[in-house]
Formats: sequence, C-alpha cells, structure tokens
Amino acid sequence: MQYLNVIRKRLLFLALVVIGVSMITFAISHLIPGDPAMLVAGDRATPEIVERIREDMGLNKPLPEQYWIYLKGIVSGDLGTSLRTRRPVTEDLKLYFPATLELAFVALVLATAVGVPLGVASAVWRDKPIDHLVRALAVTGISTPAFWLGLLLIVLFYGDLGLLPGGGRIDPDITRPPTVTGFLLIDALLAGDLTAFTSAVRHIILPALTLGFVHLGVVARQIRSAMMEELQQDYVRTARANGLSRRNVIFREALPNALIPSVTVLGLALGDLLYGAVLTETVFAWPGMGAYVVNSIQALDFPAVMGFTVVVSFAYVLVNLAVDLLYMVIDPRIRSVN
Amino acid sequence: MTEAPATVKRPRIDLGYFRYQLKRSPLTIVGLTMVAFVLIVVIFAPVFATHEPNAIDLRARLAPPTLDHFFGTDEVGRDIYSRILYGGRQSIAVGFFVVFLAGLTGTILGALSGLIGGRTDTIIMRLMDVVLSVPSLALILALAAALGPSLINAALAIAIVRIPFYVRLVRGQALIVREMAYVKAANTFRAGRLHILRWHILPNTLSPVIVQGTLDLGSTILLASALSFIGLGAQQPTAEWGAMVATGRNYILDQWWYSGFPGFAILFTATGFNLFGDGVRDMLDPRQKAR
Amino acid sequence: MRKSVLDIDNLSLEFPVYGGAVSAVNRVSLHVQEGEIVGIVGESGSAKSVTAMTAMRLLPRESFHIRSGRITLLGHDMLALDEQKLAAMRGRDVAMIFQEPLTALNPTKRVGAQMLGVIRLHTRLSEREARLHAIKLLTDMRINDAEEILQRYPFELSGGMRQRILIGLAFACSPKLLIADEPTTALDVTVQKQVLQLLRKKARELNTAILFICHDLAVVSQFCDRLYVMYAGSVVETGPTRAVLSAPQHPYTRALIRALPESARPGQALRSIRGVVPNLTDMPTGCAFQERCDHAFEACSSIPPLFSLDDEKRASACWLCEKEHAA
Repeated sequence: MQYLNVIRKRLLFLALVVIGVSMITFAISHLIPGDPAMLVAGDRATPEIVERIREDMGLNKPLPEQYWIYLKGIVSGDLGTSLRTRRPVTEDLKLYFPATLELAFVALVLATAVGVPLGVASAVWRDKPIDHLVRALAVTGISTPAFWLGLLLIVLFYGDLGLLPGGGRIDPDITRPPTVTGFLLIDALLAGDLTAFTSAVRHIILPALTLGFVHLGVVARQIRSAMMEELQQDYVRTARANGLSRRNVIFREALPNALIPSVTVLGLALGDLLYGAVLTETVFAWPGMGAYVVNSIQALDFPAVMGFTVVVSFAYVLVNLAVDLLYMVIDPRIRSVN
Repeated sequence: MTEAPATVKRPRIDLGYFRYQLKRSPLTIVGLTMVAFVLIVVIFAPVFATHEPNAIDLRARLAPPTLDHFFGTDEVGRDIYSRILYGGRQSIAVGFFVVFLAGLTGTILGALSGLIGGRTDTIIMRLMDVVLSVPSLALILALAAALGPSLINAALAIAIVRIPFYVRLVRGQALIVREMAYVKAANTFRAGRLHILRWHILPNTLSPVIVQGTLDLGSTILLASALSFIGLGAQQPTAEWGAMVATGRNYILDQWWYSGFPGFAILFTATGFNLFGDGVRDMLDPRQKAR
Repeated sequence: MRKSVLDIDNLSLEFPVYGGAVSAVNRVSLHVQEGEIVGIVGESGSAKSVTAMTAMRLLPRESFHIRSGRITLLGHDMLALDEQKLAAMRGRDVAMIFQEPLTALNPTKRVGAQMLGVIRLHTRLSEREARLHAIKLLTDMRINDAEEILQRYPFELSGGMRQRILIGLAFACSPKLLIADEPTTALDVTVQKQVLQLLRKKARELNTAILFICHDLAVVSQFCDRLYVMYAGSVVETGPTRAVLSAPQHPYTRALIRALPESARPGQALRSIRGVVPNLTDMPTGCAFQERCDHAFEACSSIPPLFSLDDEKRASACWLCEKEHAA
C-alpha cells in the first residue's frame, strides 16, 4: 500500500520533471544561432524548399504553440530526428542505451566490491594509516579525469603489453550472439557462446576499470561516512556490552545499517557513471549513449543532444524511484511511517 | 544543586586550536601544499617556463621528455611543459570564474529568496528546481553545445548548473537567521534588510560557501577539461589541459607524454583542491569539534 | 563474608585532549559484593559512568589512558584481559544497561532476533530453547504477549517497554553483576518505579549484584543497599545508604541533601551549592571541593584520602573527618 503512494508521488514528480526539462531544452534550442530548417534542408536547398521545410517543422507558429507541440511529442516518445543519422532520436538512443547500461553496471559492481571494504576499513580504523590511505585514494579517484585514465590504460594494456583490446565491445570478426537483453555479457552466456563471452569480457575490462576507479572514491567515502555515523550509535554500544565481538559488531550490526542510506547514493551513482560514460566511451570507442552524444555535439546535431538530455533526466527520476522503493524494502522504519 | 556555570569566553579564531586540527589531518595540509604549488607555478609561469608556449620548432616534433623539454614536445614542436604552465592559467581561471559567478549569483538569489520570501522565494526556488531536475552533465553539455564551443561558454554552462547549490545554501541560512531573536530585535531598530544581510547572513554563510567553493574549484577544473576534451571548451591553439589531452590522443600509443602530462596536471590540481576542501569541511563541521 | 564481585582499586584515568589531559577518574576505589545493590551518586561530570564503563572495558580503546589502579571482576584482572575474553564475559558474567532505551536497540532488527542473538552467543541453547528463554525473560519483566513482542521492531515499542526488554536481556545469562547507568532517568516517573521494582526482584532472584548509577538521591535512597558519592572524579563518601543519607559526613554530601527540594520548608528559598564543578582539565591542587566548601581550611590544599569511620563500610574523604576520627 505504501509502495503505491511512493510510486504515485514519484510519477507526479516525473511529470513535473519532464515539463521542466522540456522547457529547458526548448529554450536552449532557441538559443542556438542558425536556422534549424536550413540545417535539415542542407546546403543546396532552394529558399522555397527551406520555407516548405520550415512550414512542416512548424517553425512559423507562435512559440507557445511550438512548445506545446514539442511537449506532446516528447510525451508520445518523439524526440525529433537526428541530423546526423537521419533516424528518430528515440531509435538511436534505444540502440545505444544497452551498451552504456552494461558498462555502467559492471563499473558499479567493481567500484562497490572494492569501495565497500575500503570504506569500512577506513571508518573502523579511523585516523590510522589505512584511513588516510583510503581517503587519499578516494579523493584521487574523484579527481581523476576519466578520459585521461582510459587513455593511459590503453597505452599500457594495449599499446605496451598487448594484453587487452584497445576499443570496441567485441572482436569484430566474432559474430555477435542473438540479442536478448542487449547486454553482450549476458547474451553470450545465454547463447552458450564462450568465445563471444571471453571477447566481451576482455573488451569491457578497461573501460569498466576506468569508470570504476573514479566511482570507487564516491563509494568508499559514502560507506566511510555512513559507517562512522553508525559506529557512534547507542545500539553498537549495547551490542558490545552484550559481548558481541568487534568483528560481529561491525559486520552484523553497523554495516547493514550503514548500507541503507548508502543506497540513496546509488541513485546519484547514476549521475557519476553517466558522466564517466560520456567520457570513457569516446576513448574506448564504446558504442553507447555517451559516444552518441559526443558525436552529436561534434556534428552540431542539436535534436540529438536535446533528446539525450530529456531521456537522461527521465531516467534519473526513474532510478530515484527505484531507489526509493528499494529503501522501503530494506528499512523497516520507512515502511511503517507510510 | 549547582548554580549555572559562568560562560567561558574563547577567542573567535583560536589559531592554536586551528593548528591542532590541521595537524590531525595531514591530508588537508597535503592538499593545501598542492594547491599552493599549482597556483604559484601557474601564476608565475613566465618564471618557471623554459620555452614560449606557442613557439613552434619543427625540428623537435613529438620529442620525448628530455632535459631540454621536461615533458616532451607536441606535433609542432611546442614545449609541453611550458604549455602546461601557461595553460594552467586558463584552467585555474575558469575554476575561479565559475565559483565566483555561481557563488555570487547564488548568494544574491538565495539571500533574496530567503529574506523577501513570498512570491520571489517561490519563483526562484521553482527555477532552481527545474535546473536541478536535469542531471548536471547533460545540462552542461546541452548548454555548452548551444552556446558554442569556447572556454568562456563552457565556464558559463558549468556556472549556471552550480548556481542552485549556492542558492539553497544561502537561502537556508537566511531562513534561519530571519527567525532569530536578535534579528527581530534588530528589525525593531529599523535595521534595513541590507544590514541584516551584511552582518547576520553573510558571516554565517561564509564558511559553508567557502567549503563548497573550494570543492567546486576541483570539480570545475575537471569538468572544464572534460568539455575541452570533447571539443566544447577551449579551442586550438589554446594550451588548455583538456584540449592538450585531446590532441595528444592522436599520438597516444607512441607519444604517451603528450596526453600523459597535461592529464596528470588536471589530476594533481583537482586532487589538491578536493583534499583541501574536504579537510576544511571536516574541520568546520561542528560535530568534529566535539572529538 | 560475601564473595567480592567487583573490586576497583585506586583507579586513575585520563582522556588526552587538546591542551593536556582531562583527569577524569582520580584514585577511585569501590567494591561490590555478591547480591548487593550498590549505588554511585553524583552530578554529571563526576565520572560515575566512566568508572563503570571502564570496569567492562567498554570505552573506545585509544581515547583514554589509565594512570594507575586495578579492576578485578569475578577474579579477573579486567585491565589485563584480551578482547576475546572480555567479550566472552560481557553479557554473560557482567551486563550493562544504559540510560537511553530509545536508541539502545538496533532499529532495523526485530526484538526477537536481537535477543536470541545475544542468548545464543553465550549459551548452547537451540533456537527453540533460546526463544522460550527469551519469552520467560520478557514475562518476568511483566511484558504480556512476550511472544508477539519478539516479532516487533524496536520503534514500535515505548521507551519503558524497550528498557524492560533490555533489562530482561541483561539477565539472560544470570550475570553476577549488572551495571545500570541511569536506567530510569529517561522514563516517565510512573514507569520508573515499576521498572526499578522489576529490576530488584529479578536481581534478588538470580543473586545478581547491581552497580546502580544515578544522580537522583530520592531514587537511590529506596533502591540501594550501599552508596558511593562521587564528585569531580573521586569518591568523597561511602557507606550504607541510610547512614550516608541521614548522617552525611562529607560537606558535599551534606550540601547535596540540603539542596534537595524535599529538604526545604515551604516559603524557604531552595539552597544550591555555590560555585561550579571544576574544569577537569584544570583541577585545583588538593581537595576538589574546597572552593565550594563552607568548611575549607589549610589542610584542604592537599588531597584528602578516604578516611574510614566506624567499620570499613563507612568512609569519607574529608580532612574534617580526620579531625573527628582522631578525636
């Protein structure tokens, strides 16, 4: 019952966000100098053709009406047509989205697997050398330009050592497994195709490490902060007074409670990973949304860039909704409040 | 039982206490040193540079690091080390520009919002909410792309996205202060809103704004260089760090130093600001003081 | 002569801080014997809790420094034991309950899970047996529907209920000593009395000694067999409760009792103790109470030891008592 309330609230918020974002992208689109009709028509079009295209695109209508049409379009899934690929932007994004998601997911798993233990160690041995080390590592992580790290990794593992491929998602001469999820790793496993799987793994390691290293800092700091908070709580003192060993107090009592608020940070993780994806994908020729938007920017493909902005905002709200629901599942206190 | 204890007066800025806290946090000192180092080296670039940043020398193209060229040369023979020093001015300037612009605008809007309240408050906060509803990078990309590729536009885009944070910070402070008894008392003396702003709100917001600003410097430098890398920020032949990494990418496999050193400069600078900002934030955190 | 459960001998402890060290505990000696209920009274800052928590080694490891003294609990030297053995004793041989029940339980775990966790940690009971034991413990604390309570989360229960659960849990392994740090201070007055009665009943039943820390003389007068009065980190007076409260020997104790609202007559101003508790980083030389004492004289510039009066049970740390003693 309470879950429905949360969902309802978030969906309302989602609607507001879509309106807000569409206003922004609409406003920005009209900031851009130049005539969109001409961009569509091309260099060799005659003025009559340009005028006709302008008519078709509704550019002669008053602004509020244009906005309304635009908004209606967004709601029905029409984000315009990419100037570069000549396909609907929605199609393009659907095509490139899984690759980004897969990369972000693997990076998140790596960052969490390393970041959580480091964060715990940092909190438990506060102000000791390990704490300083972890904090230094964390800060370095969030201060690292992902594109630079990616390049260096390529130089090392591809250029010098020749161990790993320098780009792409899979070896070009391997047939891709049939698309079930869009995740190459999963699809390859499902098809029982070990060669494809290995190739996919070898291709995803470096970009995931790059993204993961940057995000590691975020995770470690969050866990450290949450653990420090929990370790100060009275129930920890009760547990110790009742004879629980230090290890059990940390892992059975404090850490589970520290992970709860950390889940909210996962929602923010999406923002970080998106940021990273935009930069890492270009470096690794990873065919995801990040590369798509960068190419679009460089090609001055504004419909694509705006479409990207709308979709990403939308995804952000959805992820926060998922996090809220997750929060309700794992924290009994929240369940009862509603 | 016992009478109420007499309050013990402590000096406003206890330097000894500050030094004690600083000693307990070596990382903050490290950050401060790093920042100072970068600032000095970059401001006094003409002193530390070995070559003119735009001096072309086609005989020494893509040369590896040597005593002559500490960090090697680029594809037209320009000294990378010197370019990093001069380019640093761009990156640091962008950082300060963004923080200054966002901080100033945010403070004004936040103070107005908090002090005046009512419709002004609602309008401003709705506006901020709209800006915040878009993930910052997407908005920055959209703005920077629309404004056109240049370092200033990139800085502008980043600043716009940061404004809501300062607005919230200052507004929150304004709301608290507005309710405080002594402000209400001051009101009875016809102390104008400006007076309240100056003497009550600003001093209290100073420390969180400074902390936020320092941290923003780090992330701005990263963002700006990232935008330059994509092609949205600084354009050739500006020796901006991100742009250098981007150009160096073409030669990365054989001439790693071209992208390597400018990128490291970004890392080093951002780390310094982040370490320092973190440390200052921890020190100013009232809970820390209790330890 | 009953067996000794807890012996604290000449304990001195300090906390290193900026600008020196806070001398929190100064040469404190106290003893608890099997089955008795001993109270520690004093204001905040008198180091009652610190002393008690040190007995169980519950203070964070690096935050304090022991200058001298011994703590013997059930024959074990608590300052020398390693963490593993200490953990084995905690909850089993010695238990502690604290002042604030609202935050003392893990908010995301059910009551039953938390209780069973502790019970099964120290005993070999099966899940079912432990469950039955927990139910009995709760029932003894006059908690109806104990079985249902086990399924609840702490935030669903009142403070009084939670404290009774915590007390019940403290008795789970029939400890020889229960340290209670202001267990009823945070509760409603009506609930206080009930909780104290349950506490005493259970303790007598299991022959558990209680070290009862409290700042409320009224509560202590009804609950404790013996008292230690602490001030600024030292014990200033001790003895059987009735004796100490009816004929206090130390000026501080006297002032405390005089300051009670019950001691004042209607229309008379309440009497407070002049001055303030000394800053623990900057303790005066000599008796800590001198500046606030109406009877201070030259001898007070050196720290008075605890003088025994009549038998070993009664003592007071005041030079005045030496004079009377000699006389």
